[in-house]
Amino acid sequence: MTVTQPNTKSDVDAPAPVEKEHLRRLLATGERPAAPSAFASARAFAWRSMLKIKHVPEQAFDILLFPIMMLLMFTYLFGGAIAGGTGDYLQFLLPGIMVMSIVMTTMYTGMSVNIDINKGVSDRFRTLPIWRAAPMVGYLLADVFRYAAAGAVMFGTGLIMGYRPDGGAVGVLLGVGLLLLFCFAFSWLWTWLGLITRSEKTVMSISMSIMFPMTFLSNIMVDPSTMPGWLQPIVENTPISQLVDGVRGLFDGNVDSASVVTTLIWSAGFIAVFGFLTIRAYNRK
Amino acid sequence: MSQRDLAIRAEGLVKHFKDVKAVDGVDLEVPAGTVYGVLGPNGAGKTTTVRMLATLLRPDAGNATVFGRDLISDAASVRSQVSLTGQYASLDEDLTGLENLVLLSRLYGYGKPAARSRAADLLEAFGLTAAGGKLVKAYSGGMRRRLDIAASIIVTPKLLFLDEPTTGLDPRSRNQVWDVVRTIVGEGTTVLLTTQYLEEADQLASRIAVIDTGKVIAEGTPGQLKSSVGAGSIRVRLHHADQREHAQKVLTEALAGEVAFDDDPVALTARLAPGQDTAEQGSHALGELARAGILVDDFSLGQPSLDEVFLSLTNKVDA
Repeated sequence: MTVTQPNTKSDVDAPAPVEKEHLRRLLATGERPAAPSAFASARAFAWRSMLKIKHVPEQAFDILLFPIMMLLMFTYLFGGAIAGGTGDYLQFLLPGIMVMSIVMTTMYTGMSVNIDINKGVSDRFRTLPIWRAAPMVGYLLADVFRYAAAGAVMFGTGLIMGYRPDGGAVGVLLGVGLLLLFCFAFSWLWTWLGLITRSEKTVMSISMSIMFPMTFLSNIMVDPSTMPGWLQPIVENTPISQLVDGVRGLFDGNVDSASVVTTLIWSAGFIAVFGFLTIRAYNRK
Repeated sequence: MSQRDLAIRAEGLVKHFKDVKAVDGVDLEVPAGTVYGVLGPNGAGKTTTVRMLATLLRPDAGNATVFGRDLISDAASVRSQVSLTGQYASLDEDLTGLENLVLLSRLYGYGKPAARSRAADLLEAFGLTAAGGKLVKAYSGGMRRRLDIAASIIVTPKLLFLDEPTTGLDPRSRNQVWDVVRTIVGEGTTVLLTTQYLEEADQLASRIAVIDTGKVIAEGTPGQLKSSVGAGSIRVRLHHADQREHAQKVLTEALAGEVAFDDDPVALTARLAPGQDTAEQGSHALGELARAGILVDDFSLGQPSLDEVFLSLTNKVDA
């Protein structure tokens, strides 16, 4: 029986009464469909993250504005002092600063995981018969989309400021691809932290104390050969420096395949170790 | 009762959080196709018990089966039978009502068009069509609860956990939730409902387990629980608070039953012994009070409520 009641008033605070007949019919037809594939469930979670960007567009601001600020600040404030001119310095800086600002925004993932896990909605997700990693992978897929947007914005700003990549479009796309892959892999560190820490504030402070030394102890701003001899081997071999070498090589058109391979190995390592820890922590929650 | 007719059979469930024993050996036998009430005050261990049975928490000791499937070794199979509406709405507040239902339908395996139509149907059945496009954080408590229950029946579960479904709701929303629960059970789903409201358990549940400090302290039908306490009670409100002790003495002598002070400083309640005629004892008590010169504002006779059952079981009459 379908009695569509005339909608007397669409007052949100006074919802219409429950239609018992309709409810009965829905209960009778609620057979379980075949469970979604791992990919389909991850994609549903990615869709959820994208919807959140749609509903709260403010959160996209810092992800897009922060990189532009970094690029402008470092080029025009320090360029003269470090490289004797802003033009040359921009040519050196852009790939690195792109890595730095995007890798730094990965830590927001940990905070959103933490906020989520402390809310009732994660209880519902965990009683669903879905791939256990799907919520995390969904997050990261949507985040990769944001990073790509941030990368595009930075690159566009760089072009306007006078940056010219010798590697051409292919080099730039490959470079950005390498960066996004690394960010996806590296973010598992944050999903794990987000699951095991008590509050989003803790996640924030731990992330900061990892990110700052990690990004500054690198070849992003300055050439490591200007550093003291004992520091050089350390700085040159951090995952961030390797990534920057890889991206810079691809952008500049002289590919440093050793750094690219090292970055791929680091990425695989991050996924293996922190992916495992994340899923274990998620199952134990 | 044979194993087959049981939705849940739990034995000796234990869960600690650090040094606190949240659940301390809970046994439950929940018959299939009924509403089973788990009644207890805040912190009694209700939510922890439900979270263990819904596979969200791993018990430290004990075991349970849900429709014969092992809770620990066969958790995935248990998950395919149950659905949970948590104490704090298990919804994404940053999405709209419609988006929540579409997302969950997709996660249950519905294709895109099927997910959309299922979500729209559910919103309509729960009277939420007009609110479907609003973010959940703008919903009232009653609307959240409805949406939450709607999300729990995207796929009709064989067993539905409702953790304090009406806490904080106004009476109208509460009655609507009760109607929904009755409809769901009418279609064959077993419901395990936790509540701190005795009236709710009395209204909905065919069997009740009373939980306190992590243990089941009583179990049975509402009728059995009531008759375990006594035949009935007499409640008296006095005109003068300072006559209360005198009234207690008079009533104790007149009724040969236990007479306790209510929280209300001018009221007291006499519990009658089983077998006594409530009406006869009532008139007798009223006469005795009048003879003693005690002024009575209000006088009522009643069957024992589950409140009394609860208070007498948990010994919190004067706490």
